Amino acid sequence: MSTSDEQPSFEQPLFEQLRDAIRAESPVALATVVEGEFTGAKLIVQPAAQSSGTLGNADLDRVVARDARGELAAGRSGIRHYGLHGEAREGAVSVFIESFAPPPRMLIFGAVDFTAALARVAKVLGYRVTVCDARAVFATKTRFPMADEVVVEWPNRLLDEVGADLGERDAICILTHDAKFDVPAVVSSLATDVGYIGVMGSRRTHDDRTRRLIDAGVDEAGLARLRSPIGLDIGARTPEETAVSITAEIIARHTGRDAKSLTITDGPIHG
Amino acid sequence: MRELLDDLDRWRSAGTAVAMARVVDLEGSGPRLVGAAMAVTQDGEVSGSVSGGCVEGAVVVEALEVLATGDRRMVSFGYSDDEAFEVGLTCGGTIHLFIEPLDW
Repeated sequence: MSTSDEQPSFEQPLFEQLRDAIRAESPVALATVVEGEFTGAKLIVQPAAQSSGTLGNADLDRVVARDARGELAAGRSGIRHYGLHGEAREGAVSVFIESFAPPPRMLIFGAVDFTAALARVAKVLGYRVTVCDARAVFATKTRFPMADEVVVEWPNRLLDEVGADLGERDAICILTHDAKFDVPAVVSSLATDVGYIGVMGSRRTHDDRTRRLIDAGVDEAGLARLRSPIGLDIGARTPEETAVSITAEIIARHTGRDAKSLTITDGPIHG
Repeated sequence: MRELLDDLDRWRSAGTAVAMARVVDLEGSGPRLVGAAMAVTQDGEVSGSVSGGCVEGAVVVEALEVLATGDRRMVSFGYSDDEAFEVGLTCGGTIHLFIEPLDW
């Protein structure tokens, strides 16, 4: 791990370095002194590169770079307080550490009529969207121009490649509702740490699929991780309404809310 | 800031002076997250938002002053804030912003 007291890079203004990292979807944190001697001083921190800029002195830079890497890994932003040289439990300097984590991913399995609407809504919410279907005739960029990538592959094979990178913020939506595709897709999804696994299908499809999943060795804990049938009960009918029902369920799962109307609840509104 | 990058880039290459306001801390209920950002040009053009529209007008005034003086500062708005501003978040929270020129 390198720090700013090695060889800071002066080639490019800090804003441009930050901008380029954000655009490249490469994790980056911006630390700014918001109160203290060098208000406005900045340090750009990346997980595996040397830092750029300075907050005033190398000691403070080193401590803040360490903390910023921790915040970045957790996807958190906030103010931290330090002594002039980075001492803990002092308050001479307040530093705002802002994390720019890469966008969360949504993998949509099944190039069906609901897929385009879901991909569109997911893009609005900031997801990097991958549409995956083993049938080359359906999985085309022409049908899903809003997706970041369209992959012709079996879902379990795609997950062999990218599954290890998925985490709490990411989502998998299995829209195939065909047992030959969705059983292996669910089994592979459960092997990842992805935060949301939704599986489309009617109540009957769901019951039938549950039996097949048990036959395929999925246990109680695995079944409990699935959102099946997918989505919130808002009476969605069209692909667009269904996309809202699914993405609303993903949001509610992250915030831990049970998605009642605000009319009949009280307490703070913002999750 | 992610959603402001195109505007910021355009303004920077045109040589337009820009101030950026970023939400650095929130107490209580707030409609946007820490990191929400808004940019204001010398001509009063605005991009982004820092609340649900409760304090944006006051932020523009502050941002123009930051551009005029070059003086970076923390600014707070809140329900309990009875000094300085008659504006606040209707949701009852307090929002702390850092406003500075985009000169870096």
